Amino acid sequence: MSTNMTIYLRYWRQSGPKAKGYFEDRTLSTVNEHMSFLEMLDVLNEELQLEGKEPVEFDYDCREGICGSCNLVINGQAHGPKKGTACCQLHMRNYSDGDHITIEPPRASAFPVIKDLVVDRSAFDRIIEAGGYVSVKTGSAQDANAIPIQKNDADLAFDYAACIGCGACVAACPNASASLFTSAKISHLSHLPQGNVERSNRVLAMVEQMEGEGFGDCSNFGECEAVCPKEISIAAIADMRRDYARAVIQG
Amino acid sequence: MITLDAKIPDGPLEKKWSRHKKEMKLVAPNNRRKYEIIIVGTGLAGGAAAASMAEMGYKVKSFCIQDSARRAHSIAAQGGINAAKNYPNDGDSVWRLFYDTIKGGDYRSREANVYRLAEVSNNIIDQAVAQGVPFAREYSGLLANRSFGGAQVSRTFYARGQTGQQLLLGAYQAMMRQVELGRIEYYTRHEMFEVVLIDGKARGIITRDLVTGEICQHEADAVILATGGYGNVFYLSTNAKNSNVTAAWRAHKKGALFANPSFVQVHPTCIPVSGDYQSKLTLMSESLRNDGRVWVPRKKGDDRHPNDIPEDERLYYLEEKYPSFGNLVPRDVASRNAKLVCDRGLGIGGTGLAVYLDFRDAIAHDGKDVISAKYGNLFDMYANIAGEDPYTRPMRIFPAVHYTMGGLWVDYNLMTNIPGLFAAGEANFSDHGANRLGASALMQGLSDGYFVLPSTIGNYLADLKPDTRYGTDHEAFDIAAKKAQETIDRLLNINGKRTIIDFHRTLGRIVWDKIGISRTKEGLKEAIADIRSLRDEFWTNVYVPGEKNNYNKYLEFAGRVADFFELAELMAMDALNRNESCGCHLREEFQTEEGEAIRNDKDYSYVSAWEFKNRNGVLEEALHKEELNFEFVELKQRSYK
Ligand SMILES: Cc1cc2nc3c(=O)[nH]c(=O)nc-3n(C[C@H](O)[C@H](O)[C@H](O)COP(=O)(O)OP(=O)(O)OC[C@H]3O[C@@H](n4cnc5c(N)ncnc54)[C@H](O)[C@@H]3O)c2cc1C
Ligand code: SF4
Ligand code: FES
Repeated sequence: MSTNMTIYLRYWRQSGPKAKGYFEDRTLSTVNEHMSFLEMLDVLNEELQLEGKEPVEFDYDCREGICGSCNLVINGQAHGPKKGTACCQLHMRNYSDGDHITIEPPRASAFPVIKDLVVDRSAFDRIIEAGGYVSVKTGSAQDANAIPIQKNDADLAFDYAACIGCGACVAACPNASASLFTSAKISHLSHLPQGNVERSNRVLAMVEQMEGEGFGDCSNFGECEAVCPKEISIAAIADMRRDYARAVIQG
Repeated sequence: MITLDAKIPDGPLEKKWSRHKKEMKLVAPNNRRKYEIIIVGTGLAGGAAAASMAEMGYKVKSFCIQDSARRAHSIAAQGGINAAKNYPNDGDSVWRLFYDTIKGGDYRSREANVYRLAEVSNNIIDQAVAQGVPFAREYSGLLANRSFGGAQVSRTFYARGQTGQQLLLGAYQAMMRQVELGRIEYYTRHEMFEVVLIDGKARGIITRDLVTGEICQHEADAVILATGGYGNVFYLSTNAKNSNVTAAWRAHKKGALFANPSFVQVHPTCIPVSGDYQSKLTLMSESLRNDGRVWVPRKKGDDRHPNDIPEDERLYYLEEKYPSFGNLVPRDVASRNAKLVCDRGLGIGGTGLAVYLDFRDAIAHDGKDVISAKYGNLFDMYANIAGEDPYTRPMRIFPAVHYTMGGLWVDYNLMTNIPGLFAAGEANFSDHGANRLGASALMQGLSDGYFVLPSTIGNYLADLKPDTRYGTDHEAFDIAAKKAQETIDRLLNINGKRTIIDFHRTLGRIVWDKIGISRTKEGLKEAIADIRSLRDEFWTNVYVPGEKNNYNKYLEFAGRVADFFELAELMAMDALNRNESCGCHLREEFQTEEGEAIRNDKDYSYVSAWEFKNRNGVLEEALHKEELNFEFVELKQRSYK
């Protein structure tokens, strides 16, 4: 049915956060078009182990494009060549026999390498911690239909809420800015009446946290939107800036 | 001696929970900060529990395997969450949701638990909306509902195909707010290895820091396991790759009973396996069966293009066998029949392990636009993974393991038989009996986390004096930590020739073939023998790479596979013990001539709760029975003809 392809792989090796990293090369000759990209790496790791070598570490969990764990930079592109697709949903039929593929971790000082292709993205948690929520107590909520919400607003809120927190936007940005991630959460909540109340405090706290984590500024390159597996619109960043300016003036 | 007391409150069904809430002991607000609670798992159950208890004032320590709480497996749930709101005014009620769930579970769950679940379902939707969960809405601005298998009313709330994601982000954000307020100590990339017991009570846990490899000791007044289901014992399942049984299993080995381990749900519509390298299976929403027709060629080995096979040479086996329900029979029936036709050699594709789900007639009847509006994103997902266009060629589908109804035995308060050790969400066995209805796992996880545990934990803690912990220098911590370290060292020192994944895949095949969709006495006995010999080989011939003091994913897998080996054997024992067919458990000896399940209420209307006994390293388990009493519903045989 399907024939095997040969793929020339080059991947990042780094034994720990402080170690010096380097690229390692390896040729895989049993790649099948039906494999997912991560399954190809599984095959690589099986081969390495059978030779008594250490497998390559990379992050994943759901392999369905929803948990946001995977975050490989493939031939310089976060999540690889397929638009709107996390790298765990990328299939090898997008490649041809004899292709060369380079795999790197997302590079950003706010995302230090843990091992090989695995990085520390806890900065994202701290940005949400700063204000990415509605302050409501369990059990104190009113009936769910008490406040009707226009379908358009609910749909728009959903578009932003779809962010999976993968960090590809940071990896793709020449400034390593986390603006798309941060603004997606701000826009999700501010499009809903429940989230609108804390709008000013939220934007101030989250933007300050983002800056404190060492992410760069946004200079409107738009690379983030291009690689985002959930196709989050860059319009969120403009909204965040406007809200931030307004909140600062209000003091 | 273990005595199983489910602690179900007296009184009429509708009053049990409210009366219990009134009667339970409380911890005064100013005393709550003196109690520490460990919550392992940050899925819907653990995330909701952590957020709620921290907000009540308890000191919470939260643990998860992933690099962020937001990535727990709950994130992947697609279809929706049930509640008895009756917004569409189609006759729904708490009673009806309760009744559907009890019946869907084929009368193998507790009435009182299921009723409480239905009762609090409405509060879950209110809570989620208040958090900013963007559920689907009508043009009126009010919440939209859809219908799901096993129900005649429209009661499922959803957020496109990402309901689990949105509900989990709601719980995660509520939890992060408490982290910011300093009420939750937040540990990501940590795996729990052992529960620590002192004087028979759960007093803490041992974890491994997955980044540094450090073995850590954590003390608390109570421990909650919300660590998800064990579907990955099959290797291939729709579960996330890190889903595992380790936390629950290690608690079982410390004395917690494991209930109904053989009750596993297989979902009928998944994308089939394409080769040995396959690492997981992807679910296609069962809503597809509303318009797709399931068939296989009548002739064995018919390898013509499906569109070239004429109508009279196609076997629409569900429509023929179940004329009134047709393609819409429940999950277990659809899965079982797919396996039956493949066993007869009629399966399609390279592996013979797939059937067609065909939209040709629906497209001809309604037009491509209508079908695309309904299922466009599912069709795209299929095309991306399978590399075929489902608009012009029938989909290939096959059943896959999806959900585990079994889990740690808990009483009405969600406490295991070990005082102070609680279990919530998919990790416990509580509410779904022998089969779970669609859109009810999210409901149960959030019910446990937001509404049940925050009440029942106080009842337990109130009897403990505040601020009376032993300190982690108590020898129980040392012993447990040493045990965890020994297991790791042992695995790393085997240095064998076969990889962990190879063992796991082989184990998965045994479990799928013999403890899967249908079971026989002989097959189950063979399974036990096969599992044992493979387990012996694992402990002498597995190769575990890397170092213990570094990030090492394969070392993590090795420990989990070791536990799956033991669980698999218990699943076979449980299936062997249950000489009846019920829900997802089909014993071929107990079925009608047409292949329908025969339940035996007289002898098997109980929960099987297994107690771990280790005799010189040989797995032995003792069975305890919790009889199920049905006071409020009448037991009926299911029929879908
Ligand atoms: C593809 C798919 C679709 C689904 N769709 C639906 C649906 O539409 N509706 C529905 O109701 N249900 C659905 N389900 C079922 C439902 O998603 C799950 O049953 C539910 O989310 C389980 O939640 P949980 O909180 O119990 O556990 P999980 O979400 O599995 O969380 C487990 C947590 O425990 C942690 N953990 C596990 N072991 C350890 C350990 N040893 N140490 C430390 N931490 C540990 C993990 O890190 C994680 O945080 C679906 C399931 C799948 C697979
Ligand atoms: S905005 Fe897009 S790229 Fe950035 S974290 Fe969210 S999903 Fe990933
Ligand atoms: S592994 Fe979950 S999004 Fe890729």
